[in-house]
Amino acid sequence: MDIHEYQAKERFIGAGLPVPPGEVATTADEAEAIASKYGGAVMVKAQVHAGGRGKAGGVKYCKDAAEAREHASNILGMDIKGLTVEKVLVTPAEDIESEAYVGVLVDRSTQSATFMVSPEGGMDIEEVAEKQPEAIRRLAVDPRYGLLPHQAYWLANFLYADKGHVKQATKVVSQLYDAFVDSGASMTEINPLITTPEGDIKAIDAKMSIDDNELFRRPEVAAMRDTSSEPPSEIKAREAGLSYVKLDGNVGCCVNGAGLAMATMDLVKYYGGEPANFLDIGGSSNPDKVVAALEIITSDPNVKAILFNIFGGITRCDDVANGIVEATQRIDIQVPIVIRLTGTNEEKALEILEEAGFSAYTSMDDVVEKAVQLAQD
Amino acid sequence: MSIFIDSDTKLVVQGITGRDGSFHTSQMIEYGTQVVAGVTPGKGGQSFEGPDGEKVPIYNGMDQAVAETGANTSVIYVPPAFAGGAILEAADAGVDLVVAITEGIPVLDMARAHAFARDKGVRVLGPNCPGLISPGKSKVGILPAQIVAEGPIGVVSRSGTLTYEAVFQLTNVGLGQTTCVGIGGDPLIGTNFIDCLEAFENDPETTAVVMIGEIGGTDEQEAAEYVSQNMSKPVVGFIAGQTAPPGRRMGHAGAIISGSAGTAEEKMKAFEDNGIAVAKRPADIVGLIQEALA
Repeated sequence: MDIHEYQAKERFIGAGLPVPPGEVATTADEAEAIASKYGGAVMVKAQVHAGGRGKAGGVKYCKDAAEAREHASNILGMDIKGLTVEKVLVTPAEDIESEAYVGVLVDRSTQSATFMVSPEGGMDIEEVAEKQPEAIRRLAVDPRYGLLPHQAYWLANFLYADKGHVKQATKVVSQLYDAFVDSGASMTEINPLITTPEGDIKAIDAKMSIDDNELFRRPEVAAMRDTSSEPPSEIKAREAGLSYVKLDGNVGCCVNGAGLAMATMDLVKYYGGEPANFLDIGGSSNPDKVVAALEIITSDPNVKAILFNIFGGITRCDDVANGIVEATQRIDIQVPIVIRLTGTNEEKALEILEEAGFSAYTSMDDVVEKAVQLAQD
Repeated sequence: MSIFIDSDTKLVVQGITGRDGSFHTSQMIEYGTQVVAGVTPGKGGQSFEGPDGEKVPIYNGMDQAVAETGANTSVIYVPPAFAGGAILEAADAGVDLVVAITEGIPVLDMARAHAFARDKGVRVLGPNCPGLISPGKSKVGILPAQIVAEGPIGVVSRSGTLTYEAVFQLTNVGLGQTTCVGIGGDPLIGTNFIDCLEAFENDPETTAVVMIGEIGGTDEQEAAEYVSQNMSKPVVGFIAGQTAPPGRRMGHAGAIISGSAGTAEEKMKAFEDNGIAVAKRPADIVGLIQEALA
């Protein structure tokens, strides 16, 4: 789960990181009022879950409160990569002497939280990694000990030459690690971490993604979820405990298991169609889950055909077939449904489905080809 | 032969009294797995009754279960909040292999558990995996026994049902398996493709391997290089997620394209560049294995 900059900054402040003051506005009036309170120049920054906010015109320098009002009114309601801006962060503009990058993420190869720091801040770290790999220092944090003081110092030393800066940055690095762990994050970054003419170090931007598996034990972080940028179908799926991703095609897919669901989408494409979604209904034959899945799939007006691809392993095919039959009797569906079931008790399952008037298959290729054809008709 | 588990495997089930734990314990006993103990804190002294009235003793802790039964493998059906701790406990009790079925364990819990298990020299399979089965010998986890058969093919996969799909097709044409291993869909897993490939290469009865990967990470790319440098046996590969959009998690916590890295295209190319025959569809796997063995 991604959280907004202003929320990440709340987490940072909780860990003691030097973050300039800021407040969130949802109207131009509010933005103006916040700016006049700070006095002087401010930044107005769009709060959306998309990278490249600056390039899209969502981050503006404003010399006074009147300009803050003007920019806020332009940015609020603006579309950035398909997302509507509903909030802006208003924060005093800082004098910037230098920009660095400090980030932590869970790295697969080291199997631990891993720092990346670079004196080349202010740009995308992937770009730095590609063009100047020598400008990045990495450190895998041993999960048994956490970040050790000399390691934080070693990272800070890579960023700055000035003793005062290094001292402050050492603290920043270790506070960022605390914020990362205490938030149950999978990624967090400060880009840029600035130095000011007064010699201070400040985190003027903040990014954080939370590990979804941590949310159950961190209700205060879970409450930061912003559903305004999610399609309603994905919100409904999450509430129903289904794993669902909306796509742009017209073949609705209902599959048990994530790997098989991906392979089914790929096969739709192979036969010349486009999948409308990824959906994993899991291993149960519970009709309620199937009903929820069908409601979610059919809420997408692009869907012209629905295909089920079920492998019955521990869950027997005949149970799943009964679940599908019951579910389809409970809701009214306007598009054709084709079903493939294979595995344990598949013959019995096919009988049940054919009796209920469904086209049933045992081959994954046959059912996908049929669904693609039905969606094109 | 087989890899990681065989008829000598003595299993303890952590979370044996839970809904999933008890159901799958019965399934494993029915298949012939030696289930020697169960662990559920607070239920020590009770026993679990198998499908034919077999009595499996339940202990409060892993140390006691291992000391009294000589168990060498554990399987975990404990809820996500406690599963990381259950892995630590199993590794500390001195089993050789811990199979973590649980999905949804916080990733930082797993970072700690993996480091701890490595220190203890304990192999972890998973988490978020279906476990493994050595047909005719032993089954640890949730793989459906009805779809496997004894034979010469090794199967290793990040997925559950997609693996079953491939295994069932193999079984239907008479190609049985030495061992089928699900390594799990999480970003941090204890046993990776290379570990399994190495074991299959060293297993005299395995003649060919099916490797099923998916988007996210670089495990498949590294495995591909391993195959070209270290394996004499043919490997057939499949990658799921060619149509997955970047930045979206596709069910499995580890199935995500970050930026432009970890795509299906990149993995399939790594397979091809390293002499691994790539199945374009799951239905092509069987044909490619038959070709490789011809």
